Amino acid sequence: MAKMTLEELKKLRETKKRELEKREVTGKDIEIIVGMATCGIAAGAKQTLSAFLNELEAQNLSNVVVRQTGCMGYCYAEPTVEIRMPGMPDIIYGKVDPETAVKIVRKHILGKVLINDHILDKPAADIMKK
Amino acid sequence: MAFKNYVLVCGGTACQSSKSEEIYKNFISELEAAGIKEDVQVVKTGCFGFCEKGPIVKVLPDESFYVEVKPTDAKEIVAEHLVKGRQVKRLLYQGEETKKHAKVEDIAFYQKQFRIVLRNCGVINPEDINEYIARDGYAALEKVLFQMTPDEVIQELKVSGLRGRGGAGFPTWLKWNFTKQVNDSPKYIVCNADEGDPGAYMDRSTLEGDPHSILEAMTIAGKTIGSNKGYIYIRAEYPLAIHRLEVAIKQARELGLLGKDILGSGFDFDIEIRLGAGAFVCGEETALLASIEGERGMPKPRPPFPAVKGLWKKPTVINNVETWANIPVIILRGGAWFANIGTEKSKGTKVFALTGKIRNSGLVEVPMGTTLREIIYDIGGGIINGKKFKAVQTGGPSGGVITADYLDTPIDYENLQKLGSIMGSGGMIVMDEDDCMVDIAKFYLGFTVDESCGKCAPCRVGGRQLLNYLDKISKGKATRDDLAKMKQIGAAMKRASLCGLGQTAPNPVLSTLTYFEKEYLAHVDDRTCPAGKCKDLITYSILPEKCIGCGLCARRCPVSCITGEKRQPHVIDQSACIKCGECYSVCKFGAVMRK
Amino acid sequence: MNAKTINIKVNGMPFFVHEGTTVLEAAKLVNVKIPTLCYHPDLPAWAACGICVVKVEGSPKMFRACSTPVEDGMSIITHDPEIVEVRRTVIELILSTHPNDCLQCLRNQNCELQRLAAEFGIREMPFEYNINRIPVDDSTTSLVLNPEKCVKCGRCVKVCQEMQNVWAIEFLGRGESTRIAPAGDVLLAESPCIKCGQCSAHCPVGAIYEKDETQKVWKALQDPTKHCVVQIAPAVRVALGEAFGLEPGTLVTNKAYAALRRLGFKGIFDTNFGADLTIMEEGSEFVERFVHGKGELPLITSCCPAWVDYLEKYYHDLIPLFSTAKSPQAMVGALSKTYYADKSGIDCKNIFMVSIMPCTAKKYEIVRSESMYSSGCQDIDVSITTRELSRMIKSAGIDFLSLPDEDADAPLGIYTGAGTIFGATGGVMEAALRTAYFLVTGQELKNVDLTDVRGIEGIKEARIRMAGKEVRVAVAHQMGNIEKVLDLVREAKAKGKELPWHFIEVMACRGGCIGGGGQPYGATDEIRKKRLAGIYKDDTLSKIRCSHQNPAIKQLYAEFLGKPLSHKSHELLHTKYTPRPLYTR
Repeated sequence: MAKMTLEELKKLRETKKRELEKREVTGKDIEIIVGMATCGIAAGAKQTLSAFLNELEAQNLSNVVVRQTGCMGYCYAEPTVEIRMPGMPDIIYGKVDPETAVKIVRKHILGKVLINDHILDKPAADIMKK
Repeated sequence: MAFKNYVLVCGGTACQSSKSEEIYKNFISELEAAGIKEDVQVVKTGCFGFCEKGPIVKVLPDESFYVEVKPTDAKEIVAEHLVKGRQVKRLLYQGEETKKHAKVEDIAFYQKQFRIVLRNCGVINPEDINEYIARDGYAALEKVLFQMTPDEVIQELKVSGLRGRGGAGFPTWLKWNFTKQVNDSPKYIVCNADEGDPGAYMDRSTLEGDPHSILEAMTIAGKTIGSNKGYIYIRAEYPLAIHRLEVAIKQARELGLLGKDILGSGFDFDIEIRLGAGAFVCGEETALLASIEGERGMPKPRPPFPAVKGLWKKPTVINNVETWANIPVIILRGGAWFANIGTEKSKGTKVFALTGKIRNSGLVEVPMGTTLREIIYDIGGGIINGKKFKAVQTGGPSGGVITADYLDTPIDYENLQKLGSIMGSGGMIVMDEDDCMVDIAKFYLGFTVDESCGKCAPCRVGGRQLLNYLDKISKGKATRDDLAKMKQIGAAMKRASLCGLGQTAPNPVLSTLTYFEKEYLAHVDDRTCPAGKCKDLITYSILPEKCIGCGLCARRCPVSCITGEKRQPHVIDQSACIKCGECYSVCKFGAVMRK
Repeated sequence: MNAKTINIKVNGMPFFVHEGTTVLEAAKLVNVKIPTLCYHPDLPAWAACGICVVKVEGSPKMFRACSTPVEDGMSIITHDPEIVEVRRTVIELILSTHPNDCLQCLRNQNCELQRLAAEFGIREMPFEYNINRIPVDDSTTSLVLNPEKCVKCGRCVKVCQEMQNVWAIEFLGRGESTRIAPAGDVLLAESPCIKCGQCSAHCPVGAIYEKDETQKVWKALQDPTKHCVVQIAPAVRVALGEAFGLEPGTLVTNKAYAALRRLGFKGIFDTNFGADLTIMEEGSEFVERFVHGKGELPLITSCCPAWVDYLEKYYHDLIPLFSTAKSPQAMVGALSKTYYADKSGIDCKNIFMVSIMPCTAKKYEIVRSESMYSSGCQDIDVSITTRELSRMIKSAGIDFLSLPDEDADAPLGIYTGAGTIFGATGGVMEAALRTAYFLVTGQELKNVDLTDVRGIEGIKEARIRMAGKEVRVAVAHQMGNIEKVLDLVREAKAKGKELPWHFIEVMACRGGCIGGGGQPYGATDEIRKKRLAGIYKDDTLSKIRCSHQNPAIKQLYAEFLGKPLSHKSHELLHTKYTPRPLYTR
């Protein structure tokens, strides 16, 4: 018994692709993506994640979604975090401890100003974007 | 308000030493002078990983990448690029248009990495199947189920030139084809996720970051060779990867992408996870299959190969995680696209775990043919603490060392073998002047002796004898005759061991002996360790003329063997010294000598 | 079966072999001997030791000859300086983990590792010794595990698991701390071990061996208060000669009697007499069950003590099927201390009964239960193996080959052809049928050669008609083959179906007792077939070929026992069985 047909899969893909591009994830248009692979967790990514959630609540920000992802490859700079928001370039920050997480919320997300000393380049082009 | 532009000045240590601080200040003043301070933010960043061409300046949002920027260039960049919107072409990175890279439009020149295997790692949430699907996930499976015949899939793999990424480099299409042609059933698909090489964690990151790619690839293989059951054998020391796989399998089953009648195609396929139990030897394919069957993980002689008689003596395709991760992309983009990347005999990319005495340690995925120098210096940022490069070890306990003379070797299977090492699973450990080659060989032999299954005499006994000789050398108790005996044992192990573990266990020894013979002879003839690592051969002593008697070393000494009056030269009690090197590293006056 | 023929070359010599031949076998066909250690023809290639490596032209690797099948066009090089150097280094490595005490080892001059060291001219040890000091396990009655000498060839484990299906021993640990012991590191006596000794018979070195009890025998022989008597098993007479250079299967019965006399034994008896007696008792048992419906069918033979131990551990629900008759040696033992004691006027306390057996489990049998003391004293004082006897004969300076032929002593030394075939797989069944036929029909079988039950096949079946009914029998040897047979019996009983067989013979060792764990080393199917031929020759040469026609047996019943299954018979010649746990810890 098939659970999903071919057509249904294709439709699902289209929908999700559009969602990712427009970043319409349940009405939230700002994404904080925290690297939660073993290297990240060993460097304290779980504490960083909590710091983000706490600060977002403290600042009463409801249009920000915090997501997890795998390893970006910058293991020497863990915890790594990517910030995506409309009107700003996508930025990857490295060595994000809880203190820096708070700074990111206040300066980058709220103040739209980048933070010194933590920015990392993208490791490579995204081959899935044609 | 957000800024219109951002100027990112690379603040990595290498760039800083070439004046990136000055560049930063100049930008701020130039922007002020041009009156656009409010529109542009200047930011200092972490290391951009292109240190050979530093200082680096990147401009967002258009992603212009300027290299070898001098402080005086700030004025021009502000005036031309930021005010007028015209890039300063002479400073832009001019990439070498080599055959190594895929379509030029697809990648920016300066990025040495090309992420196929790691395409979704760090991008998607691995615990949400929808994100995988959104990025063309399971589209390759659709193609295989509804548009391609098994022979067409094999053909695509053949054109791609994909070779097994577990270390052996066997052509993947050939392995699948053999298994497909055997007239027996049932057939099995196995993923080798045991990843036992010390320092290697590429497979772990792939499974943690993109588990669905493996599930999709195994299902594709099942349809191609005629199998309905897959097993992922993963080491128990990877609990997070296991969890992510379990979540992925559950979600795939819920959507009907695993299980019966996938997508209405009539094809059934399901996957089970089996855990390893702490044996490196179970990464060897026949031992792995024995372990899944519930037997001791001991290798079997081949032939017969798993393609003919594998799991429960049935035809089995067994591939490494990284090999699997490449499959969906090859199906979607075509084998020709993949074959465009890499060298003539080694196509595609390879993920390396770059670790050791390197600034930017981590996972890097580069096209085959990238040189060691590019990886270590451009991506890796060079040696930390300003030390000198000594060698890079590839291939884990089965591999060898490569010296500075060969850093411009393009990486591929054949080249590394010619240098006396191997590609292996992708471990790449960088060593500097403080690493002793005898010590390195001893470390690897210690590992293989511990992990030897014990079935065959050459590995079980030979490994221990080799290790004992290395121990003697590191203690200054060996003779030249011992070196000859080591070569004799190494030859017997290579020729007569039953599996790859024993056959390649002597490699670290033989390789370091070849390239660093002088270092070995120093241990044997002179009873010294030039790198200052082998404890029995080094002494720490305090130079009275340099010691100011601050007492810091005495306070830090874990066995309290340093004595002395305040402001008087201190003395180390040699009989109690455990050679930990703490005094050597804390003395600010260079008064501790290591000999 | 038409196997494809393949062209290959060995050291440049071209010839044909069948598909599926290994390099090792192919080389043997052209008389090229590739050295091996872990390889044994009884087992599939384990491919561990690494000594049989050869080169194949066109490949940079070396391959193990024992496990590599030949391919069309293969050109094999079995010897060149590099290959010999590699083999030699591997042997030196193995020797570096092996105690250097050949002169005190029981395998001195009869050891496969010693032979290799000699062949390769090893004169010095280039590597340091690295021996795993693990204590000896001599917890069982019959076998000794000496892990220090173990070369990890794996034969014993494979024999115990795959051939015998007992699973008493396994590889434990990993790498250099690999050792062979029962699971959970318990003692052998605490494990499922059935003492069949097949492990010791396959061990290439002195790592597993029989418990040597020759000192007990020497002591008794020297003791003037002891009247020493001895019985010799059927399987011994076709194998004892091998220790003195004779072909396997050579009948040395009468020389053996002579040797035993010269050793100092006063009464020379033959276990075959006990075999004839067993047939009388067991044959009558069969008649009771088959004809008169008293007791359960199928009847299963119980003369093999390793088999008894196996059933008590693994199939104790089938205990009611067992024949309650003791084994031939046990019967002779009991009679030697009662019937013989009476006849010779010697108190049983002063009689010292020794049995010479091809079997290590017999050492266990003689103390197995209370019924082994049925005479009031221990019925058999010591049981020693063929190997131990050969050592005794040699150390006594007896020139075995020059001995004259002598006879055994009556009455316990008189036997028929039916008794002697007990040494062969199928022999007990054949002997039993010869007598059962007479007991049921009152007539003699015209042709007593029931060849259906003979041969080296693992499971054999036969049918014979007696008094209008069909009797179906099965014969199984090599413990691993019995599972199938017993599972079918269990299934038939559980479902109330017709029984597949009425009478089943089981021998734990491949080939029957002639392949016993205590026989001379190096048994292969080739040698087993020769020993079997010797046994059947002894049968054909016998004047009397049915147990019930043995005059000494008739006399025994007339003067002493009354009749088969009488009260006295039950007292002396029958035993009981109990379920036993697989692991006692």
